[in-house]
Amino acid sequence: MSAILPPAERLWWKHPLDRVEGTWIAIAFIWCLVMFFMMVGWHVYGKQNLSTETYRTTPEKFSAKAQAMVDKYTVRTETADKVPVVAPPAGADVYLIARLWNFWPILELEKDKTYKLHLTSMDYNHGFSLQPANINIQIVPGYEHVVTVTPNQAGTYSVVCNEYCGINHHTMVGRLYVK
Amino acid sequence: MSGGSTMTNPTSYRTCPRSGLQFEANAEKLMLANAVAAVVFLLIGGILAIGVTLTRWPAVHWLEADTFYQVLTAHGIDMLIFWIIFFEIAVLYFCSSTLLRCRLATPNMAWLGFALMVIGAVTNNLAVLQGSSSVMMTSYVPMLATPAFYLGLILFAVGALIGCFVFLGTLVVAKRDKTYTGSVPLVTFGAITACIIAVFTIASGAIILIPTLLLSLGWIAQVDALVYRTIWWAFGHSSQQINVAAHISIWYAVVAIAFGAKPMSERVSRGAFLLYILFLQLASAHHLLADPGLSTSWKVVNTSYFMYFAVLASMIHGLTIPGAMEVAQRAKGYNKGLFEWLRKAPWGNPVFSGVFISLIGFGFLGGISGVMMGTEQLNMIIHNTIYVPGHFHATVVIGTTLSFMALTYFLIPVLFKREMINPKLAQAQPYLFGLSMYFFVLVMMGAGTLGVSRRHWDMAFNGSALAYQWPGAAYLMMGLVGIAGLAAIAGGAIYIYITVGSLLWGKRLEAGAASPKYTPIPPTAPTVVAQSYGSAGFAAPGTFTLAMVFLTAFILYYFINWKYLSTLWGLS
Repeated sequence: MSAILPPAERLWWKHPLDRVEGTWIAIAFIWCLVMFFMMVGWHVYGKQNLSTETYRTTPEKFSAKAQAMVDKYTVRTETADKVPVVAPPAGADVYLIARLWNFWPILELEKDKTYKLHLTSMDYNHGFSLQPANINIQIVPGYEHVVTVTPNQAGTYSVVCNEYCGINHHTMVGRLYVK
Repeated sequence: MSGGSTMTNPTSYRTCPRSGLQFEANAEKLMLANAVAAVVFLLIGGILAIGVTLTRWPAVHWLEADTFYQVLTAHGIDMLIFWIIFFEIAVLYFCSSTLLRCRLATPNMAWLGFALMVIGAVTNNLAVLQGSSSVMMTSYVPMLATPAFYLGLILFAVGALIGCFVFLGTLVVAKRDKTYTGSVPLVTFGAITACIIAVFTIASGAIILIPTLLLSLGWIAQVDALVYRTIWWAFGHSSQQINVAAHISIWYAVVAIAFGAKPMSERVSRGAFLLYILFLQLASAHHLLADPGLSTSWKVVNTSYFMYFAVLASMIHGLTIPGAMEVAQRAKGYNKGLFEWLRKAPWGNPVFSGVFISLIGFGFLGGISGVMMGTEQLNMIIHNTIYVPGHFHATVVIGTTLSFMALTYFLIPVLFKREMINPKLAQAQPYLFGLSMYFFVLVMMGAGTLGVSRRHWDMAFNGSALAYQWPGAAYLMMGLVGIAGLAAIAGGAIYIYITVGSLLWGKRLEAGAASPKYTPIPPTAPTVVAQSYGSAGFAAPGTFTLAMVFLTAFILYYFINWKYLSTLWGLS
């Protein structure tokens, strides 16, 4: 029962190493290095890296920028609440507001074009969960997160809030079109 | 100092006739109290689990939204904090006072700590029960609970911190009273690891929960949302790292108890625990990979435990524990082929079967999924999906809870001095509970891979004009989560029935004569093998084969997810 007894050898750190252990440690360590450099390497060669460009913001400042975009690029409205559908040009700064309990406005982007998507929350933490593509980003109030996105497939996407934000959390779904 | 008792704390020692372990009276009472409190919170958390399971099962969708979020908040805190930490305090006292055969330091302080933990846990539960603190375990600001919610957590944490210092004090007592010679046992070393992580965890909790309490009282104006998340996770994730160190210590203990196995190498196993002390807590970054405001290099270095050193440590424990068991079994003559040692293991003994099911599930399901989702870029395909609870039910339920259950079966005759009621049922319990949890986490991670959100009342989005339609497979998976969840809850109920039933109605067993003096641990004679220096051979080929199977599964799953990631939108 020696794992629950003091080691018999006073100099236990000189205890012999079995080859099973030595070999496994070497293999496991190599695998750990592979995983580490995979992450680093993907920043160099991969195409899916989350931007960390962030600015402090306030609900007023961010709303003003979103409103300016909506005023300029709205193409139609949808649903009974007349949510504007906004089609900004390629390369534009695009603003998406998360708030209790909706995303505003609806965005319409073009396939294979790049946009700078600005995310923030007006109140609590929210989640940007783009479905069915399954891209998930945290939205934190007070911080404007600028993510460069390049949609690679046309279709109708939903933005599901996947950070718990209160009683109507389950109704917080937005939409995003890619043409 | 001989005799081990002092004027202020008269105490006595008994040697359990069944295990040979020596229990000090104060430590024994405290272990019992903490273990019973733990099981009470497991019971509460288990009842709440019924509500969570039956609501997330789409075809049942049982509770209303407000009740669901309330129940989910309490389920998370009762299980992840109260059940586990009460049990861990009992484990710390066992690994110090019992394994080192000394008196527990400052038993009155230990009782004070216990009282604070009970008051804190009850206060927090009452706050959630009143309905205005449904903020989930994470309680992200600016969403606020009532002050009692935070106060309860803070009191509990202070109590647990006192327990940690009693543990450390007990190590000092053992050293001073010379109850052992040389180094502490490996299991105690693991418990020291858990204790160090616990102190870090509780300090982080205090740093963020105290200002949040002041915020909820209206005494300060703001706690920054991102600062909160960053520091809270040093508490929230690290608290789960206490579990890892604690349940791996229990694995080592059970393999020693069930097989008389020696660690393959003290140096390797202790080195792996040391890696935990140095690197494990960095993993709180796992929860912040999809956040704004934190730099890429901060994310990469922290999420990888600085080049995956803590993963390396876990892979080492995952080999050395079954390896020690294989060596012991082969010494008994179970030498045929690669796996006779495993076939001839005591599968009918729930202490062993529980630990083995826990070890395999923790590695294959919890470990691999944890590393995948903790990869900076891969995190984007699972962040806040139900994959996350899928992962941590593999680590915390299959890993920690099942290990604690297995240890309880050992403690019922030894510590509780009762004959176990219904041993046949106890034999089946780890299989029912463990295997249904295997299935539960697999289907949960399946649903998460399809994007289904965690902490979400209604996957049909009723009431939303822009509702999203999840694919049929997601509904199927969530239905299976419900069925598997109920089976696991039944397994948990059996554990509570056996434990509480044995305590209440089990036949009393002989305690062993009480003596006012302790018997120090006699020094063991070094074995011939251990004195020879150098390579000892290839002692555990079966375990090595299993480890290679594990590595293959790990590599395949890891790269499948990179492949999946590469098909997503371009993000930069």
